[in-house]
Amino acid sequence: MAAINRDEVAHLAQLAHIEMSDDELDRMATELAVIVDSIKSVSEAAGDDVPATSHPIPLTNVMREDVVGHVLTVEEALSGAPDAASGRFKVPAILEES
Amino acid sequence: MTANELIRSSASAMAAKLAAKEVSAVELTQAHLDRIAEVDGGARGVHAFLHVNTDEALAVAADVDARRAAGEELHELAGVPIAVKDLIVTKGQPTTAASKILEGWMSPYDATVVKKLRAARMPLLGKTNLDEFAMGSSTEHSAYGPTRNPWDLDRIPGGSGGGSAAAVAAFEAPLALGTDTGGSIRQPGAVTGTVGVKPTYGAVSRYGAIAMASSLDQIGPVSRTVLDSALLQEVIGGYDPLDSTSLTDPSTGLVAAARVGNVKGMKVGVIKELHGEGFQTGVEKRFNESVELLRSAGAEIVEVSCPNFRYALGAYYLIMPSEASSNLAKYDGVRFGMRTLPAEGPLTIERVMSATRAAGFGDEVKRRIILGTYALSAGYYDAYYGSAQKVRTLIQNDFAAAFAQVDVLISPTSPVTAFKLGEKIHDPLSMYLNDIATIPANLAGVPGLTLPGGLADEDGLPVGIQLLAPAREDARLYRVGAVLESLLEAQWGGPILDKAPALAELVKTAAAAKEAN
Amino acid sequence: MSTETILSFEEAMEKYDPVLGFEVHVELNTKTKMFSSAPNVFGDTPNSNVNEVCLGLPGVLPVVNKKAVESSILIGLALNCKIAEHCTFARKQYFYPDTPKNFQTSQYEDPICYDGWLDIELEDGTVFHVEIERAHMEEDAGKLTHMGGATGRIQGADFSLVDYNRSGVPLVEIVTKPIEGAGSRAPELAKAYVAAVREIVKNLGVSDAKMERGNVRCDANVSLRPYGQEKFGTRTETKNVNSLRAVENAVKFEIQRHAAVLDSGVKIIQETRHWHEDTKSTTSGRPKSDADDYRYFPEPDLVPIVTTAEWVEELRATLPEPPAERRKRLQADWGYSDLEFRDVVNAGLMGEIEETIAAGASAAAARKWWMGEIARRAKLADVDPAALGVTPAVVVEIEKLIAAGSINDKLARKVLDGVLEGEGTPAEVVQKRGLAVVSDDGALQKAIDEALAAQPDVADKIRGGKVQAVGAIVGGVMKVTRGQADAGRVRELILKTLGVEG
Repeated sequence: MAAINRDEVAHLAQLAHIEMSDDELDRMATELAVIVDSIKSVSEAAGDDVPATSHPIPLTNVMREDVVGHVLTVEEALSGAPDAASGRFKVPAILEES
Repeated sequence: MTANELIRSSASAMAAKLAAKEVSAVELTQAHLDRIAEVDGGARGVHAFLHVNTDEALAVAADVDARRAAGEELHELAGVPIAVKDLIVTKGQPTTAASKILEGWMSPYDATVVKKLRAARMPLLGKTNLDEFAMGSSTEHSAYGPTRNPWDLDRIPGGSGGGSAAAVAAFEAPLALGTDTGGSIRQPGAVTGTVGVKPTYGAVSRYGAIAMASSLDQIGPVSRTVLDSALLQEVIGGYDPLDSTSLTDPSTGLVAAARVGNVKGMKVGVIKELHGEGFQTGVEKRFNESVELLRSAGAEIVEVSCPNFRYALGAYYLIMPSEASSNLAKYDGVRFGMRTLPAEGPLTIERVMSATRAAGFGDEVKRRIILGTYALSAGYYDAYYGSAQKVRTLIQNDFAAAFAQVDVLISPTSPVTAFKLGEKIHDPLSMYLNDIATIPANLAGVPGLTLPGGLADEDGLPVGIQLLAPAREDARLYRVGAVLESLLEAQWGGPILDKAPALAELVKTAAAAKEAN
Repeated sequence: MSTETILSFEEAMEKYDPVLGFEVHVELNTKTKMFSSAPNVFGDTPNSNVNEVCLGLPGVLPVVNKKAVESSILIGLALNCKIAEHCTFARKQYFYPDTPKNFQTSQYEDPICYDGWLDIELEDGTVFHVEIERAHMEEDAGKLTHMGGATGRIQGADFSLVDYNRSGVPLVEIVTKPIEGAGSRAPELAKAYVAAVREIVKNLGVSDAKMERGNVRCDANVSLRPYGQEKFGTRTETKNVNSLRAVENAVKFEIQRHAAVLDSGVKIIQETRHWHEDTKSTTSGRPKSDADDYRYFPEPDLVPIVTTAEWVEELRATLPEPPAERRKRLQADWGYSDLEFRDVVNAGLMGEIEETIAAGASAAAARKWWMGEIARRAKLADVDPAALGVTPAVVVEIEKLIAAGSINDKLARKVLDGVLEGEGTPAEVVQKRGLAVVSDDGALQKAIDEALAAQPDVADKIRGGKVQAVGAIVGGVMKVTRGQADAGRVRELILKTLGVEG
């Protein structure tokens, strides 16, 4: 299994939308390398014949009826918004151009 | 009875005094608020609370008193105050998850467990400290400063629920809610000499508990006695249509189980892989004594092996960060919480999200998000997340084989007693090892309970004993736990917390000493 | 935005073999959202149809809408799909401000419906067999409005506003297998395929199926390869093409653009394209690259859906007749020509005509009214003919009045005026407005005598054998009787009066 390096951490940080300085990337790469090394045994523990468990207690078909429940007011919905305008959440431009 | 004696009683004793009108809910709540004021704040305070909910708690208490005076039939725990881990959302109080990214955020809705506490008319004392987003085993990863262990203010109270455990250990609250993803209720319970239970996955609704790892998270009770945890789990447990993983089993029979009072004929399994090497001498010694006490009380002790537990920590550190990386994606500065603008360069939403998450998350959270992003990314999924899910099956199989032989399993809760603040903060891997004994239960979804097993000879600090039962058999934990608790307390001549230092003096002298420096 | 070079469609078709693929998103018309009990309503005040779940607030959990699952199964059955006995949800992870959790809850490895097909009939009767890869459940995103800048487009916007009312609306995404062999019919097939899917989900009643509201949205994949080559070329995905005409045009444009790019010796970049209705062209979206690592994993907050045979059969039993079969049956029953029937279908009046015939009108009369007078008035009022306020019962009653000779066609239109103005049933309108045909020969004779007296020269012409001049006298009589006479009877009486053989 590939060790985790600085470039990889930079790519992951981009995927995860966390800005990181060069120092942080270096530190994170070192720490993660140790952690990844310690958990790699997992990939050898189970053979192909072992089924995966996604939920600890197996349940199926948990569904609700199509009945309208409670609704927040617009004020409540926007109450935590860092920025809002015209009853909507306001965000900076999506594309980098003008 | 003095206020000091009052707050040292168990929650069930408080409930009895309220019912007998020996004390009012307002007096009881005020006594706890006073205690919080006395020991929680200041430079060297316990710092179990991130928010104290004085006015509302007293108003609820006054309402309980009025209703009781009017002869209304009330819930057994009505008027008994409780603290809530700040990972659980509450209307009317801030919810921060101990993260800067949620600083000041007020939830417009209550968690299901909080609704249940309100329905039982339990005054909410406030929100307790934790490792940021419950990621840690020492509460040092809180963005708002660490909580201190009431047994030694220089030591960690465990984590992530160090605030809830310390609040209960310091008599700031008789009860608290915790959440347990890999041991966050049980390990703090162990190192603070308190009781904590991680119920069967799905026994308590997760709706309103800020998710770390959805398939592992579970809300549970934190208390000073086994019976108190049983009382609280009956309040918060039960089916919730808002949580698709909620079990339909009723949350009854737990209090009754705690009152059975014997373990005769029960088979108790000692997990070979979860004691001995890697466990502190004093922890191992107290653990062996507890096993012997159960044997003397008529339980049959059987050694069982769970060979795949050695993969549990690895599987956990793949599944947990993977799910956490996804669950924490929503903290982006768009709908709620903080927003940070990039220091330079163009102002686009992507850069604002990245700057917000960089400024809002602490190091441990970032570490786990990156690790989880890695484990789920293209090309690694099968080797990491996929394999970890298979290990999960192997661990469930180990539990199934063990429970085919025994009724409950027993192990130390934490391999070590409380360590010093700062001791492991820069060594993530050694921090992760604290959860070695608690993680298997989360991976398999089975319930686990910790109760105090005495003090380690070498440092005089509390040791936790963990009991594990099959899924949906939480009652067995309460039955065996209550028996072991009474046997141990008979030996000690009272609750273990009687041996803890007098905190009020400690906090004051320590603060004074710090000021003098 | 650069202007793309394109080849003529004919030239493109000479050189290259197009391969198509479609991802059609269908918004279900359930009362509540896919994973929350917030209302699924179009067009309300922004952020008024949300709760903490569709806003993705901390601590929330999803719960599956059973009706949405059943609607998805119905869609799968109508598309001749197999229904999975066991399926799960997965998280598709990407950051975008219209996606509250920054992941979309969808299905990945095990969609609820898979391996289906649909036979698509083009206008000239050519049938294409389109294979369906899968139809899976997922949730819609919120709506972004781009502010500032010139055009309201994302390019050049200063900021955007987000409305999460649509966030969490149930979607079924229908994905075809690659469609080969369409050749120059590709744009036509694209339009016909999307039209067929839209018709099916509308007929099932599981979606409002209004493309202009985004109830049905199409992403069209196009790739070209030289004739004879087995390997597919690099494809582009044109997003959110939101009308049938646009689907046809977008596919045609992309074929022409690909051909020009390939001709110039450049490789096609695998990317998302955006269709612009104003310029009838596509522009590049973001390229599909490593950045699109969606990190799918099983949704831990939802449990698997297990479909029993009983459940699926129960749903199958509720399936309506498939639209194509229904059309064939109705055309045969009604005896319309292909052209007549196609006009009816295009006007969207098949259902109304069917009901009108069922209520007792002849097939010819039903078509005459709906395709004629009613359609004309609807067009004037700018509403759907069905929404004009004329019921099948009204049409039937008017027809009966005509057949009984109580009114003529001209009067019938006045009766329709009365009905639409709320004056009651056709019979009541006839009564109230006094619209009955004048059938009293005495009264008519008087009017005829007067008319003949008023135009003696015309009367002479008729007497002299110019029978066609009788029209002028008939007109005079009709004028005097305000149209309330039977023109045929009037003509007969005039000729009799003048002693001329008709």
